[in-house]
Parts: sequence; C-alpha cells; structure tokens
Amino acid sequence: MCRIFSSSLVRDLSCNQLSSNNLREMLESTKESLKLEAMKRIVGLIARGKNASELFPAVVKNVASKNIELKKLVYVYLVRYAEEQQDLALLSISTFQRALKDPNQLIRASALRVLSSIRVPIIVPIMMLAIKEAATDLSPYVRKTAAHAIQKLYSLDADQKEQLIEVIEKLLKDKSTLVAGSVVMAFEEVCPDRIDLIHKNYRKLCNLLVDVEEWGQVVIISMLTRYARTQFISPWKESVVENNHEQAFYESDEEKLGTPQSKPYIMDPDHRLLLRNTKPLLQSRNTAVVMSVAQLYWHLAPKQEVGVITKSLVRLLRSHREVQYIVLQNIATMSIQQKGIFEPFMKSFYVRSTDPTHIKTLKLEILTNLANEANISTILREFQTYVKSQDKAFAAATIQAIGRCATNITDVTDTCLNGLVLLLSNRDETVVAESVVVIKKLLQTQPTQHSEIIKHMAKLFDNITVPMARASILWLIGEYCERVPKIAPDVLRKMAKTFTVEEDIVKLQTVNLAAKLYLTNSKQTKLLTQYILNLGKYDQSYDIRDRTRFIRQLIVPNEKSGALSKYARRILLASKPAPMLESTFKDRDRFQLGTLSHTINSKATGYLELSDWPTAAPDSSVRNVEVMEPEWVPSMGKTKPLKSDDKFYSDSGEEEGAGEEGTGSSSEDSSSSSSSSSSNEGKLDSESEDKNSKHSEETDSSQSDKSSGHSDKKKADKKKRLQLKKKAKKAAPKERYQMHRPPTHHPLTQELWNLRTFTPKMVSSPVFVPMSSHELLHRMTGKGLAAQYHFPRQPCIYGNKMVSVQLTLTNSSDHTLEDISIGEKTSSGQNIHRFSSIERLEPGASVTVSMGIDFNDSTQAANFQLCTKEDQFSVSIQPVVGELFLPVTMTEQDFRKEQGKLQGMNETSATITMAPENTSNQALSKKMVSVANMGVVPTGEDSLYRFAAKSVSSGDLVLVSVDLTDSSSGRLTINTEKTVIGSMLLRDLKTALAQP
Amino acid sequence: MIHSLFLINSSSDIFLEKHWKSVISRSVCDYFFEVQEKAGEAENVPPVIHAGHHYLINIYREKIFFVSVIQSEVPPLFVIEFLHHVAETFQDYFGECSESAIKDNVVIVYELLEEMLDNGFPLATESNILKELIKPPNILRSVVNSITGSCNVGETLPTGQLSTIPWRRAGVKYTNNEAYFDVVEEIDAILDKTGSVVFAEIQGVIDACVNLTGMPDLTLSFMNPRLLDDVSFHPCVRFKRWESERVLSFIPPDGNFRLLSYHVSAQNLVAIPIYVKQNISFFETGSSGRLDITVGPKQTMGKTVEAVFVTINMPKVVLSANLTATQGNYTYNPVTKTLVWDIGKLSQQKLPNLKGSLTLQCGAPKPEESPSLNIDLKIQQLAISGLKVNRLDMYGEKYKPFKGVKYVSKAGKFQVRT
Repeated sequence: MCRIFSSSLVRDLSCNQLSSNNLREMLESTKESLKLEAMKRIVGLIARGKNASELFPAVVKNVASKNIELKKLVYVYLVRYAEEQQDLALLSISTFQRALKDPNQLIRASALRVLSSIRVPIIVPIMMLAIKEAATDLSPYVRKTAAHAIQKLYSLDADQKEQLIEVIEKLLKDKSTLVAGSVVMAFEEVCPDRIDLIHKNYRKLCNLLVDVEEWGQVVIISMLTRYARTQFISPWKESVVENNHEQAFYESDEEKLGTPQSKPYIMDPDHRLLLRNTKPLLQSRNTAVVMSVAQLYWHLAPKQEVGVITKSLVRLLRSHREVQYIVLQNIATMSIQQKGIFEPFMKSFYVRSTDPTHIKTLKLEILTNLANEANISTILREFQTYVKSQDKAFAAATIQAIGRCATNITDVTDTCLNGLVLLLSNRDETVVAESVVVIKKLLQTQPTQHSEIIKHMAKLFDNITVPMARASILWLIGEYCERVPKIAPDVLRKMAKTFTVEEDIVKLQTVNLAAKLYLTNSKQTKLLTQYILNLGKYDQSYDIRDRTRFIRQLIVPNEKSGALSKYARRILLASKPAPMLESTFKDRDRFQLGTLSHTINSKATGYLELSDWPTAAPDSSVRNVEVMEPEWVPSMGKTKPLKSDDKFYSDSGEEEGAGEEGTGSSSEDSSSSSSSSSSNEGKLDSESEDKNSKHSEETDSSQSDKSSGHSDKKKADKKKRLQLKKKAKKAAPKERYQMHRPPTHHPLTQELWNLRTFTPKMVSSPVFVPMSSHELLHRMTGKGLAAQYHFPRQPCIYGNKMVSVQLTLTNSSDHTLEDISIGEKTSSGQNIHRFSSIERLEPGASVTVSMGIDFNDSTQAANFQLCTKEDQFSVSIQPVVGELFLPVTMTEQDFRKEQGKLQGMNETSATITMAPENTSNQALSKKMVSVANMGVVPTGEDSLYRFAAKSVSSGDLVLVSVDLTDSSSGRLTINTEKTVIGSMLLRDLKTALAQP
Repeated sequence: MIHSLFLINSSSDIFLEKHWKSVISRSVCDYFFEVQEKAGEAENVPPVIHAGHHYLINIYREKIFFVSVIQSEVPPLFVIEFLHHVAETFQDYFGECSESAIKDNVVIVYELLEEMLDNGFPLATESNILKELIKPPNILRSVVNSITGSCNVGETLPTGQLSTIPWRRAGVKYTNNEAYFDVVEEIDAILDKTGSVVFAEIQGVIDACVNLTGMPDLTLSFMNPRLLDDVSFHPCVRFKRWESERVLSFIPPDGNFRLLSYHVSAQNLVAIPIYVKQNISFFETGSSGRLDITVGPKQTMGKTVEAVFVTINMPKVVLSANLTATQGNYTYNPVTKTLVWDIGKLSQQKLPNLKGSLTLQCGAPKPEESPSLNIDLKIQQLAISGLKVNRLDMYGEKYKPFKGVKYVSKAGKFQVRT
C-alpha cells in the first residue's frame, strides 16, 4: 500500500513545481520514515531519468544514517550525482572511511563499492589506499569488491596502473573462488598483456574453475584461451587434410617418414589440464559459459576433439531468441571450416515459420554451409518449402542460398537453375527479382548455352518492376548479346522508350547495353544508341551524365578520341570473372568466437587479438609452483567454506565432506554421512602437489573457524588479524613500508591512514591516580544525602567502552536513607552502568560504589538521577578530557611509527611556556599524567617526553609529546584521530603546565 | 562490462534507466529506435546493434525491451544471459515482469539492479542471496514497514555469498518437508504436408520445488538414464557422480528451481501423439478458399491428449473465415490474421473436424504461400520419451520428507506444413 501510495505521489510530483522543496523538507525532518519516503521518491525520479541533482546537499547529509535502506538509497543517489557535484560529494567521504573499518563485512564492502564508484578525481589516493587495504581483508567478499574497485579506479585515473597491477598480482594469488572471477576481470581490463602474472596461478585457476560462479567462469575461460595460445604449441598438425579425420589419424607416421627432424606432437600437460577441466562446464545451465567453453575448444583443442562441443551448442538453440541468434552466428562461422561436426545435427537448423527473420537467415546460412553431395537433395527439398514462405525477405534469402548450393555442388547446378527459372513466373516481385539476380550470377559461372534462359528472361522483362532485377537482365542481355542477336536490339528499343522513368541503376545498365550493342551490331542500333546517349547527357543524375560522356568518347570514333577507342571492344566485352557466391561468414574467423567483435564483424573497442600459436613452446616450468608457497594473503579467516580444492563437482568424498562442514553448523551429521557414503571412491586425478597445499589450508581454515563467525568473538578475530598482519609484514616488508608512508599532498587521505591500527595497544595500569574528588550532590540540595565522585582510572569492569567512576555517598542527615539508586531515566544518551541499589545508609555513614559511564569520547556531561526512597535528585558528571583515556605502554619505536601515521589533520600542536616548577623531568611527567590518564613512553632523549593513551570508547590512540626547546618553553604536540579531544587535551595540558 | 540499462516499453518510452558507470545520455537509444522501426516487429530486432561508440545489446521479454549499453568487447551471450536473469528476477519478485510491476516497485528494482551488478560486472545473481539482501514485497510487510519504519534491506552478508553452495542459505526450516519434481517434456516436430515427420525431437526439463529443512543431500535416480543424450544441470548437481553412475546427486536450492534440462537422444524414434489431416486451398477465381482440418490421436500410450489448440497464421489476403467445428470452437482475428481452434480433449471415437470457407480480399491474386499449422497439446502423467524416475533418497537429515514426481508432455514447436 505504501508502495502504491508512493508511486502515485511520484507521478504527481513530476508536475509539481514545489516538489523539490517538499522533498528537501522531508529530508531535513527528524523522522526516519519521512526521509526514507523522500529518498524513495528521489530514486523514482532518477529511475525515470529526471534530474534531481539540486537536492544533493540535503541528501548527502543522510549518508551516515543508521537506517540501512535509507543509507543504500543515499548511496544510489551519490553514485549517480557525485560526478556533477564533486565538492559536495567530498563531504560524504569520511563516512565511507569510517564504514571501511566496520566489523560487518557487508558494510565494509558496500562502503568500498560506493567510495570507488564516486567518480571524483580528487579522492584517487584515498581510493587507492582503500583498495590496498581491502585487498588484504579477511572477508573474501570484501576482496571481491576490491577487485571490482580496481577497474573503477583505473577508468578514473589510468596513471595508477602500476600500483593497481601490484594489487592485482596479490589478488591473483587469492585462493577464494569468490575473488577469482573478479580479479581476472580486473586483469583483463587493466593489464591484459601481463601474461607473466598468470603463470604461477594458471594451474590454480584451472582447478578452481568449476567452483567459480558462472559469470567469473566466462571471464576466466576467455582469459585462459588467450593465455594458452601464447604458451602452448599448436595441437593442429600442419596438414592440408585438416577436415579429414581419418587421414589425420595416419598422419604422424607419414610425417616421420617425410621429415624426420619434426618430433611427434605431445600436448603439454597444462594444455590438457585446461581442456579437461573446462569440459564439464559444457553442461552448464548458463549459455554464456557453454559458449565460452565451446570457443575454447575451437581455438585450443586438437581438431578431432572439437566435436564434443556441438551437442551442447545445438542444445542452446532451445534457449531464448537472442541466445539463438548469437549461437547460430558462431555455428555459421564454425560450419564453414568444419562442416563435419555439425552435419549430424542438420535437422536442428530447419527453419520454422515462427522464427524471427534474422534467426531464419542464419539457419539458412548454416544449412547452405552444411550442404554436400550426399545431403543436397534433402536440403533443396527443404529450401523449396522456404521459398513459399510468407516472409518475403526470407524467401529471397533462400533463393540466394540455392544459388550458392548450385555453384558449390556442380551436380545440382542444372536442377537449381531450372528451379530458379520456374520461380521467374512467381507472382511475388521480390522472389522474381532475387531469382533474376541469382540466375545472372549462375549464368556467369557457366556461360555455355544458356541462351534459352536469357530469352525467357527477356520475355519476362516487361513484367518485372524491381530495379535490381531489371538491371540484371539488361546486363545479361548486353553481356551475351551475340547469343541473342535478334532480341537484344528489341529490348534496347523498349528501353529507349522508358529510359527517362527508370531508376538510376537501370539507366546505367541501359547505357551499357547500348554501348555493347553498338560495338557488336552497330548497323541496327546506331541510332538507338545515339538517342539513348543524348538522353543520358541531360539526365538529372551526374553519375549517368558522366557515364554517358565516357561511353560516347569510348565508342563513337571522332577526331579527338585517343588511343582508348581502339580498345573499346576489349574494354567493354572483356570476359568477366564469375562472382564468387560465398558465405557472409567467410571472413569472420579472424575474430575469436563468442566475442562481440565476431557478432558485429568488426573490431570492437578493447578487443584482444588471439595470438597465433608459438612455433616453439615457451618454457613450461614457469607455471610450476613451489609446494609450500608462503601464503600471506589471508585466504583463511572468515573464509571458512572457501577451501580452494573442495570442488563441488569433484568425486573425492573427503573434499565433499569438508565443503558441507563449512556451510553451517546444522549440517554436521549430513557431512559425516555423505563423506562416508562416498569416501570409498578414490582420489585419482588430484596431484600430490595439490594435496599438500590443500592440507595446509584445511588446517588453517579449521583454526579460523573457531575464531570467527560469531560477533561476540571480535576480540579473538582482531588478534587473528593482528597475527596475520605481522605475517604480512614479514613476507612483504617493502609494500608495507609504502603503505604506511604518509602522503603529504592531501589532508583527506589522512583519515585513511588510520583505518586500522594494528599496533599493540597494551593497556597498562595508571601511572598516577589523582585523589581529588568532585562534588556530585551537595548535602543541602540532597536533603542530607551528599555524593562525591572520583575517577579511579581503572579499566571499567562493566564494559570496555566505559569509564569507571567511583561515587562516595554520605548520609549527613539525621535519619536513615533507604534504597539509594540511580533512576531509570537518564536524560542524555550515554550508556550508564548503575550501581546496585543501597538498601540502607545510616546517619553519618558513607559508602563507596562504582559505576561505569560510556562518555562516547566526549566531554558531554552524563545526566542521571540519584534516587532515594523519598526523593530524586538530578545530577550530572562532567568528565575532564583527561579522564577519557586509558594509558598505553609502547616502545619508542612503536610510538614513532604510530605518530607517523597520525600526521596532518590529526596533529595539533602548540608552543608552551612552563612554570619553572614544572621543568624538571619528574615534575613535568607528573603534571602531565595528573591531567590526563596516560602512560609514559620511555625515551632516549633528554628534552623529549612522550605519553601514550587510548580513548576509552573508540580505542583510538592519543599520542602526546613534549619537546623542550629551553628550560621554560617547548612544543607540545598531540597526534590523534579524535581531533576534538586532541585540541581539548592540548588546552588542558597547556594551562596545567603553565601553572605551578 | 555492462554500462547502462534502459527499459523500453512497446510504445518506445524509456521508463527506467540505470547506470553502473558514468551516466550515458538516453539519446543513445535513438540508434535502437531506428533499428526497431526498420525491423517492424519486435521479435525481428537484432539483439546486437552497433551504435556509434557504443554497442546496444537487447532482449525482448514480456513486451519490454531490455537495452543494455556496452562500451567495449564483451561476450554478447554474457550480456544476454544476464539480461534474461534480470527479467527472471523481476518475475520472481513481483510475480510478473511487466511495465506496471516494475514502475510500482521502482525502488526495489533499483536496489536489485544495484546488487546484481557492480561496475557492470555481476555481483549477486543467485535468487536466494538476493532475497536475503532485499526482501520481496508483499502487502503485509509493506503495511508493517510503514508503521514500524523497518526496512526491506538486510543488514548482514547473506550466508550463501561466502559458501561453496551459494544457492542455498543456512538455517532453512519447514514444518512440512516436501520435495516435488515435475518432469516436463516438449515435442519439437515438423510434419510435412503428407503428415510424415520431417524432424522431431524431445526436450525435457525437471523442475523442482524443494522445501526441506536444514542441509539435505538428495540423490535422484532414473529407471532409464541412457535415454538422456545431452544434459545441462543446475550448478548444484555433482557432475562427476552423473558421469560415473548416472544419478543426480545434489544439495538442492531452497524453493523452486530447474534441476536439469535434457535432450533425448536422436536415435530413439519420437512418438508423435497426434495426426493432422489438412487441406487448405485457395481458388483461382471468386476470392475464396476452402479449409478442412481433422485431428486425431496417434501414439498416446493409453493417455488422453488434452488442451489441443491449432493455430494458423493466414496469408494477408484472408479477410474472414466461415467455418464449422464438430468439437471445440474457433476464432479468427482479422487484424493479426490468426485462426485459433480450441479443440480441448481428443477422443478416439469422434475425430474433431473444422471445415468451411475462407473469404479473400476482392481482386487480390490467390496467395502463393501456404500457411503452416502450429499445434499445442498436453498429455498428463506421461513423459513421452518414456523417462521414469526410479527413486529419490535423502541423506544428511533425519526427518522423512514427502516426495512426489509428476510427468507431463507438451507440444513444443510443433508445426505442420501445408
């Protein structure tokens, strides 16, 4: 209902001038539902191609919304308009950067998707970093998104190519089936010529292929086709008898005899691997996959093996009309080269009256290609039905096809010709015209004794109105005018009468006929020719005028005519080569089958040529992979079901069992039973090398199974990540260094540097605990109840995001206070852990209780109510910024490194002047740690002091350093991502140090 | 790969556009309109059109053109297959893939398109994954949503996305566990004037509706698997098991899906269930013609042939038909020139016959061509090829599911030439 309501509103809005104002109001309202409604309408506008860009500022505000549907719709909007409103789009970037480190992989992935889809050149460095981070993410889904983002970034800024290739190289090593298709796509787009990146991954890709999702399969197969063409030697014997299978069988012997130096062909095992692993995919339900395997076999398999694809291709003809069209086109090309493989399926190409015209024409083309002496009679009988079709364009195409059969198979030429002549008396004009044209071509190929047919056509001439047909007849009569000496001049006479009303093409042929007759039979036709040439001289078309002038100069002798007229006869009556009646698909084999270029028969943008086979095989050892390759790409972790080797189609029971285990906890008994049911099948074809890698990976992933999957185990997860990161560092120190080197050119990138700080954050015990306490409730206002609070600077036991607070409650009244507790209502948004209620507090007694408050890293006061049995008192705790931290111990080295990551926008500094009391080493440290709960970082330098802490709620690092320039002044620097806290801390510290 | 998508209705209105990369002006569709005009009928529009710097790959479904814009080399089948997938997803979500359904659900359509492609490359196309990401609309949910403000969009990554069996989600639960299989066979045939078979073959599919709890592992075996000559499977079927044992072993997707499509080997003679005697002739003078058609059962293996329709596309000059049918009734549409004879059940005793005269346009010459007859029919409880399911076993779960297999044979592209 809501839907109907909204869509009808959308319609109304289009005619309403005020609509955009209304929408803006809705977007700025506080109600989520109104905002959502507004976004839905805006998406409706976008869908219909209406411009909604003026709402950009209002929309972009909602990018951080908690409502996931609203957020997604804002994303849709952003991606659509960011390019037009680049400056405003930048406002949203920080939200994505935050989302990039969300624990939810879907949110990380969608943030990366949107960030990379915003085509704003200024954020290229941010995108680059985000991609690099995501490429090492634990979630294969996020890595897949990273692979997609590579292409987007490349299209936005091609200069990033080198860096992107590095990422592609890394992702190519990924063992997840989810990533494989996408990264190969990125490879094809960014660096299709870097074949060397594939070597090491070739076998893995071949083995993964069956388990990759369908779309990825298509891309991988076409890439591997290109790869194989450069790496393996041709399996096709260089022989003239390619089409003849039986002979090919004996050929190797002959070759040995003839050329002893040529070795017998042995297929590279990797070549075989590819062919073997793609074959099952011929049974895919996805027609694109079937087609891509078919083209792979066509381009790579030995000729005698290509036959396996035919059945599957013919099956695709049952699919949608559009699929049929493409498949038929490819079959047409194939059937020219190897008609043998499709001949058994000839009847599948029979045309139905309900087929669309372009399908009919293609089927006709294939039938013509398949025609040979044995089946020609069947085909011609079939063609006879087609000629009678209601679809005239198709009937005309059939006549052409008959013509081609007639020229290709000499046995039936006469039959065909007779049949065509019969068609000349057909009532339909197009059929007749087409027949004339085809007969003309046929007669040309056999210019003997066909004067009867020419006479017949001359008789029909008056009734034929189609210009092409008339022109053809005129040409025929002219060409063979000596065979029909009586008829030709008469036809010319008729033409002279109607010359002015004919089409151009007919006029030209009339001029031709006149010229030829003038040369052969000038006695009868001289005047007629003169007359026609005069008519032509004043024709409207300059083509005709030109031709007339030329012919006149050529044939009519006069004083000016040069040497040419001597040769007029030889020029005009030269014997002409017969036209070849060829398939229009003849030259299409220059394109790789299944490609767009093949379909349109011209090179499409981005078409990658299929190279010729190399004459000598390149080194095959490049594809060898060391058994224990250091795998630092985290393909384990959350990837529990994605073990590279558990092929779904594989027959190994063990692998199957493992695959099911990963799919969910409920399937435990299923996996055990199914693995036992099929474990007796041997593992035959998996190589030992594969086994090794598989085992290592299985153990890895089973480990990670335990640690992942549950959101409440985030910590464990984090640790894992940490370990991985460490591993990563070892494996590729160089890259790590690059990634952490801070850029200086753009402050926006800063945030990104800190997306994940994996450095150890060991919370230490506080260095100094100030004893001063603050008043919460005065005994006068509290009617005898006094309360004081104090920050014990201990990690809160109630929640790791809370700051622990100690309350000291004193009863200064003269009666017992009962049921002291914190009220249910808290006015501010903070999360408060209440202390358990105190039943009795005797007069004069006091009690200390502890509570936890999540200040959310701000100095906003926590307001709550302190209740006794009788009364309620509103109180508030305003924390000083220094209490929002927990001290961290770290080495100097770590400190420097972390500091290096928090440059630019994240750095605040000020010059300080210190009270003389504070200049000593100890006093300064003491002053500092009393102001803020920080840990001291040991330093080697005298005048440099360093302190480290992390914010309680978000866990972001806060690094403070004091560099003393002389005894009483120095520079105070604070590096933190929480810039607000940073500047407040700076202020507090500065005043504290200035005071004695 | 796929740059943009335009949905165009039969009156050449672009009613939806979606861009996955930078925006391409809808004027690119002008190329399409030009070709469409030239082609005349919608079916005749070529699927691939070269349009300046772009390439338009389109499909035509349910009276809607799905026109995708491509900028560089891509396998055309990849795009076509994807577009059909989009159409099927709409069908799945909204019950029909019509212009009005798409317009009414434009937000969901947009959300779906957003999930299905990323930068023009397919991201999530499996129906069960999509349904976890974006819930299909229904009245109840939209009412609840409007009150509570909750939404249709899932917050977590669907479980299928990361598993090796992306077609099934974890934690499926049903109170009634059922698995139904429909074996549907279609006879494609061309009969010539005399009734003899020019070409005939059988294509079949097994459509399944599986509502089973947990992660069941099913095995389906046939009495006569050798009949199946060429097969294509849903990705869930283990190919190696089929190769070695000729059984279908699979963990099924949840809900409706096509398990298998097959082709019955050409060596087996195809039983043609009916015969047609026809005589359509036009007279040289008098602007009229005669029509006489008789249909009768032939090889029906003891089953009744139902829902028989005969459709004839008449030549353009035929103005009207004055016929009498001994069974069923006929309609002639003078605009599309189609004669439809709805016969119903075929009985052995009385053969249905349609007889009478045709009126032609005055003065027009007698049509050269002879129209062909398209036949529709249905036979319940019979797979015309003789294929029989032997048994269905379930492993991995403890409960006893309810199982059922249904057979039906239909006419596919069944044509009688005259």
